[in-house]
Amino acid sequence: MKILVCISKTPDTTSKISFKENNTKFEESGVQWIINPYDEWYALVRAIELKEKDASIQLHLISVGGADYDPVIRKALALGGDEAIRINATNNDSYFIAVQIAEVAKQGGYDLILTGKETIDYNSSSVGGMLAELLDVPYISLATKVEVNNSAATVNREIEGGEETDEVSLPVVISCQKGVAEQRIPNMRGIMAARTKPLKVIEPAAVEALTNVVSYELPAPKAGVKLVAADNVQELVRLLHEEAKVI
Amino acid sequence: MESVENKTILKGGEWLIKESTANDIFIREDFSEEQQMIMDMCSQFIQTEVLPIIDRIDKLEPGLMRSLLVKAGEQGLLSTSFPEEYGGLAKDFITSTIVNEGLGNGFSFSVAIAAHTGIGSLPILYFGTEDQKQKYIPKLASGEFIGAYGLTEPGSGSDALGAKTTARLSEDGKYYLLNGQKCWITNGGFADVYTVFAKVDGDKFTAFIVERGFEGFTQGPEEHKMGIKGSSTVQLYFQDCKVPAENVLGEIGKGHIIAFNILNIGRLKLCAATNGGSRSALDMSVEYAINREQFNTSISNFGAIKEKLANMAISLWASDSALYRTAALIEEKRAELEASGKTHEQALLGAAEEYAIECAILKVFGSEVLDLVTNEGVQIHGGNGFSDEYLISKAYRDSRINRIYEGTNEINRLLILDMTLKRAMKGRLDLMGPAMAVANELMSIPDFGNDDETPFSEQKKYIINFKKAILMVAGAAVQKLMMNIDKEQEVLIHIANMAIDTYHAESCLLRLMKLTEKNGEANVAVLKDIVDCFIYDAADRINKNGKDALNAFGEGDELRIMHIGLKRFTKVQPLNSKAAKRRIADKMIADRKYAF
Repeated sequence: MKILVCISKTPDTTSKISFKENNTKFEESGVQWIINPYDEWYALVRAIELKEKDASIQLHLISVGGADYDPVIRKALALGGDEAIRINATNNDSYFIAVQIAEVAKQGGYDLILTGKETIDYNSSSVGGMLAELLDVPYISLATKVEVNNSAATVNREIEGGEETDEVSLPVVISCQKGVAEQRIPNMRGIMAARTKPLKVIEPAAVEALTNVVSYELPAPKAGVKLVAADNVQELVRLLHEEAKVI
Repeated sequence: MESVENKTILKGGEWLIKESTANDIFIREDFSEEQQMIMDMCSQFIQTEVLPIIDRIDKLEPGLMRSLLVKAGEQGLLSTSFPEEYGGLAKDFITSTIVNEGLGNGFSFSVAIAAHTGIGSLPILYFGTEDQKQKYIPKLASGEFIGAYGLTEPGSGSDALGAKTTARLSEDGKYYLLNGQKCWITNGGFADVYTVFAKVDGDKFTAFIVERGFEGFTQGPEEHKMGIKGSSTVQLYFQDCKVPAENVLGEIGKGHIIAFNILNIGRLKLCAATNGGSRSALDMSVEYAINREQFNTSISNFGAIKEKLANMAISLWASDSALYRTAALIEEKRAELEASGKTHEQALLGAAEEYAIECAILKVFGSEVLDLVTNEGVQIHGGNGFSDEYLISKAYRDSRINRIYEGTNEINRLLILDMTLKRAMKGRLDLMGPAMAVANELMSIPDFGNDDETPFSEQKKYIINFKKAILMVAGAAVQKLMMNIDKEQEVLIHIANMAIDTYHAESCLLRLMKLTEKNGEANVAVLKDIVDCFIYDAADRINKNGKDALNAFGEGDELRIMHIGLKRFTKVQPLNSKAAKRRIADKMIADRKYAF
């Protein structure tokens, strides 16, 4: 069996967010990069778990990005996986990314393709679905549990107020979230092995992006907090009525 | 001194009389991608496995520390530098230093893992027979066995060779019978293997491998300590404790070689660990200062707080610079010794011995940086810093022991000069020539001009002058006090302080120069503030220590001339350190952490 895990790099959750070039690009200087947590903790770790149970599984990682992706990819390889492929292109458009991955996936004959449910930066959550469509295979989103046996997968997914269990035949694309696996820390041997694992860089397929970002905006800064004494209900009501205008 | 790929590698202690260039030194920013990943992994281990249960650790919950050490073993953190044939990862010395730093902010866990991987394992690895290594090292590497070290006794701490524990061979020659008592044994309450020092026949100081469970071995209750409360600390008692004769470690009567050699590496590693602790205590303090509001504004806007944050960062940056400079020197020396036919273990011990002076310097400075950082950290936290609710109070309590163990800072200060002078006497270090040159310079017309226009020429000149100050004061002390110099501990300590400041000043200047070349002047502006402040403050400290030393033995015209010389050698340009320190603090406040 062959598994492909899609890996994005995202800013560390404590990064300071700002924009440049007239608010059309994210300011990357000084930002610490991490593997998108949904890709890492859930998709990648689950794939590693499956490989630990069945050593014959081939596990490949794929990213779309420039050379600045390499440290993040090697960090992912330190956790596990046999090799990684980086498609040498920088474009945040989901369709563009999905087409690039699909081109590789078609050649690779993967049985299971895992993604995170979203990236924690641009939040578009669309690559998985587009990828499935481009490959003409089923897509299951928001998985909380993924089991695989031979030619089929059993997937639990979150629905409003409950959970749904699906059966699907392989190949399939699944987007993963909390529950699929637990976060792992790479160990020393994994880190040492990462250096010698193949990281293939290939050139992108010719495709136009479907969207173009016009601008980014930061949320309005939080307003100050007004404290009202616990016994002064009248003042609270007055403020809610006159200033906040919510009652 | 020798050249490798255009690099000049100084011998131990040689920094005092020779100059280095930026290219000669290794800096944190030179970490490989793999080394950076290892550092990140260590931080992640502390964040996810240790800090969430730190209160349970501090309560000495039975089995908890051992299970954490086993987890660390699974991560490969117990055997970073061990050879592969004993289950180790055979990583270089810089990488194992990185692991010590990365795990340094785990409070009592940091102490337990440092003791286990250092004094708990290394004596057997470095001095054990092949059988002893095969028997113990793979299990110490995995965490199946926990290691500890028994040197100190109630009556012998710094005077380690004054130990009273004895060992005598049984009549059948199969066992040594140990009698005595050891105290302050880190990991003692649950360790499986102990390196214990005892005097065979009452006079031959010897190391033994003692296993928990040997007949006649018992332990006392856990000590109640000021800090590192989660680190197990007990006394060990030996009553005719039967230690098999094959468990003698090293040679009979040569225990001191083990006891002292292990400490060189231990001192550098302690600096690495304290720097890890300082980094996280400083991060906590920056975050707290930003969030804490008084008088309707964040206290991080106040100059009083900014100055504290900057002082913390300046001293940590200096310690960090000297640490990796020295770790790389040791690694290079190890590789050289290994290439010349020594085993890995002999080579590393030899390399650490070569840089024993630097290791002592690092230990003293690193532990005092942690004291400064945690002390000011508590102050920034105000009343909350005095509460157990905030980690900074634990950091403050846990810091204090670092000035005491691995050789008290006083013993280490005395060793700095003692080792330097001994090397000079043995011809390993040519102090006489440079000291004479300084003495002659005192009598000549001072050179006021500085026509060197190259970058950092001024700062480089300061460092050269600081070294001259040391050579002048130390040279005069040796001449005046002669063989009595050992009895003038205050003088030795003052001179050691000058050396500690100078080694750190030089290390951070060289790091800044290297970073300037690499990243351009515009990108190192705040780092230049750090170095300027360190040198500016160090100049006054060096001056004061020099004066105090000189006044202890000098007199008359000679003393006056030396005072003038000292003034000249410690003169630096006026610096608006208030403005510089504000810039340093502002950078940390913007980054919300110490990100240098």
